[in-house]
Amino acid sequence: MSRAADERLLAAKRGVWRPQPLIAQVHWRWLLNVALLLYIVLVWFSVDVNWARVSQGLDRGLAFLASFLRPDFVSRGGEIATGLMESLTMTVTATVVGIVLAIPVGLGAARNISPQPVYWICRAVIAVSRTFQEIIIAILFVTMFGFGPLAGVLTLAFASIGFIAKLLAEDIEDSRREPLEAIRATGAGWWQWVHYAVQPQVMPRFIGLALYRLDINFRESAVIGIVGAGGIGATLNTSINRYDYDTSAAVLLLIIAIVLASEYLSGRVRRWVA
Amino acid sequence: MPLQRIDNELVWRQRSPVQQRLIWLGWFLGVCLFLFCAKVVSDNTIWEFMTDAHVQAASLIARMVPPDWSITASLLLPLWDTLNIATVGTALGVVIAFPLSFLAAANTSPHPLLRALALMVIVSSRSINALIWAILLVTIVGPGLLAGMIAIALRSIGFLGKLLYEAIEEVDQEPVEAIRATGAGRLQELAWGVLPQIVPAFAGTTVYRWDINIRESTVLGLVGAGGIGLQMNAAINNLAWGQVATVFVLIFATVIFSEWVSARIRHAVI
Repeated sequence: MSRAADERLLAAKRGVWRPQPLIAQVHWRWLLNVALLLYIVLVWFSVDVNWARVSQGLDRGLAFLASFLRPDFVSRGGEIATGLMESLTMTVTATVVGIVLAIPVGLGAARNISPQPVYWICRAVIAVSRTFQEIIIAILFVTMFGFGPLAGVLTLAFASIGFIAKLLAEDIEDSRREPLEAIRATGAGWWQWVHYAVQPQVMPRFIGLALYRLDINFRESAVIGIVGAGGIGATLNTSINRYDYDTSAAVLLLIIAIVLASEYLSGRVRRWVA
Repeated sequence: MPLQRIDNELVWRQRSPVQQRLIWLGWFLGVCLFLFCAKVVSDNTIWEFMTDAHVQAASLIARMVPPDWSITASLLLPLWDTLNIATVGTALGVVIAFPLSFLAAANTSPHPLLRALALMVIVSSRSINALIWAILLVTIVGPGLLAGMIAIALRSIGFLGKLLYEAIEEVDQEPVEAIRATGAGRLQELAWGVLPQIVPAFAGTTVYRWDINIRESTVLGLVGAGGIGLQMNAAINNLAWGQVATVFVLIFATVIFSEWVSARIRHAVI
C-alpha cells in the first residue's frame, strides 16, 4: 500500500492531486465493480418491461399528474369524509393501545433493568412485530376479526408495540447509570426504581417517539384499508382502480396535508418537552 | 412554587397547584379523545365477528401448521425479484434524493424557492406509502417489477432526502470555509467541503433504507407490482394457508438476514 501512497505524494509534488480512494485495496475495488456490473446485467435480464404497455400508460400517468392541479374533493366528499374520520380515529385508538402495551415490553427488553428470560421473551415479541409489514398482519387480523376498523386498530397497535418497545428499550439501555444506582441505594423497590430513576431520563424521547408513531400509524392507516381493515385506504384504492384520478388526488393531498400538520405539531411539542 | 404551606407546615411538591391541575386537565382531555375515537371505531365494527374470533384464529393456525414446504423451490425466483425491487428501487431513490437534499438544505440551497419546492417533494414522497405508489404505478406502467421498483424509489426519495438534508445542515462549516478560501468554486466547495462530511451518514442511511425497502417490497405483489407478494396473494386467494405460512417463513428469514447485513455495514461505516 505504501507504494500507492508514494505515487500519490509524487504526483502531488508535480501538482497533480487526486483524492484518497474510498477502498484502499485495488483488488477489492475491482471485485466490487465487477460484482456491481454482474448484478446490473442479472437484474436487466430478470426484469422484462413491456415497453408498449408503458408508453400506453404514460398518458394515464400524465392524466394523474394533471389531476393534482384539479383535485375533486366534492363529488365523493361523503366517502372521503367517512374514510378520513375512520382513519383518524383508528390512528388515535391504535396509538394509545400500542403505547400502553409497548411500555411493559420495552421495559422487559432493556437488558439493564430486566432478568434474562424476560429479556429474551420481550425481544422475540419485538422481532415478530417488526418483521411483518402492517399489510400482512392486517390480512391475518381481517380473517380473524372480520372486516372493519377493529382489525385495523389491532394491526396498527401490534405494529406500534414492536416499534416503540424497541426504541424505548434502546433508550433505557443508554440511560445514565448514576441515577439508577442512586435510587437503588435509597432502598427503592423495582417499581419505584423505574419510576424515579428510569422514567425521568427517557420521558422526553418517549413522548417524541409516541408522536412519531402517531404519524406513522396515520400513514399506514391509509394502506391497510386496501385489504379491508377500514380507513381511507379503501376509498383511495377504489378511486384509483376506477381511474377516478381527481378523487385520488384529493385523498392524497389530504393525507399529505394531515401528515404535514402532525409533523409540525409534533415538532412543536418535542421542542416544548425537551 | 415547589414549597407550599399546608396546615402551617412547609411541604415540598413537585409542581404548583395550577400546574398540577393543568396536567390533570390535559390527561382528562386526552382520555376523552381516546374514548371518543374508540367509540367511533366500535360503532363501525361488526362485533358479531368478534364472538368467534378465537375459533377463527385457532382454525387459521391449524391450517398454517405445518407450512407447505413443497412450493419452496417455486418461491426462490419471486424472492430474488423482491430483493431486486428493493435494491434497484433504493438505488433509483438515492440517485434522485442526492441532488434533492442539496437543494433542500438551508446552507447549500441555491434559492429559497427551490428549497421550498424540494422540501415539498420530500414531504409528499414521505407521506405516501410505497403500496399506494405501487397501486398508481401498476395502473400507469402495468403490473410487474418495474412498477414495484419505481414505487420503492418514490417512497425512498422522501426518507433519504430528509435524513440527508438534515445531515448537510449539520456539517461543520470550518472545512467548507477553508475550501472556499482556496478559491474553490461553488461545486468544488460542495464536493470537497460538504460531501466528505456527509458520506458516512449517507451510506448508513442508504443501507438502512435498503433494509426497510426489503420489508416493504415483500407486500408490493399484493397489488400486482411483482415479487414474492404475488405468490402470497395467490395463496391467500386460494385459501391455501399452508403455502401462505411458507411465504411468511421465507419473508421472516429474508428480513432478518437483510437486517443483519444492514447492521453490519452500518457498523463498519459509522
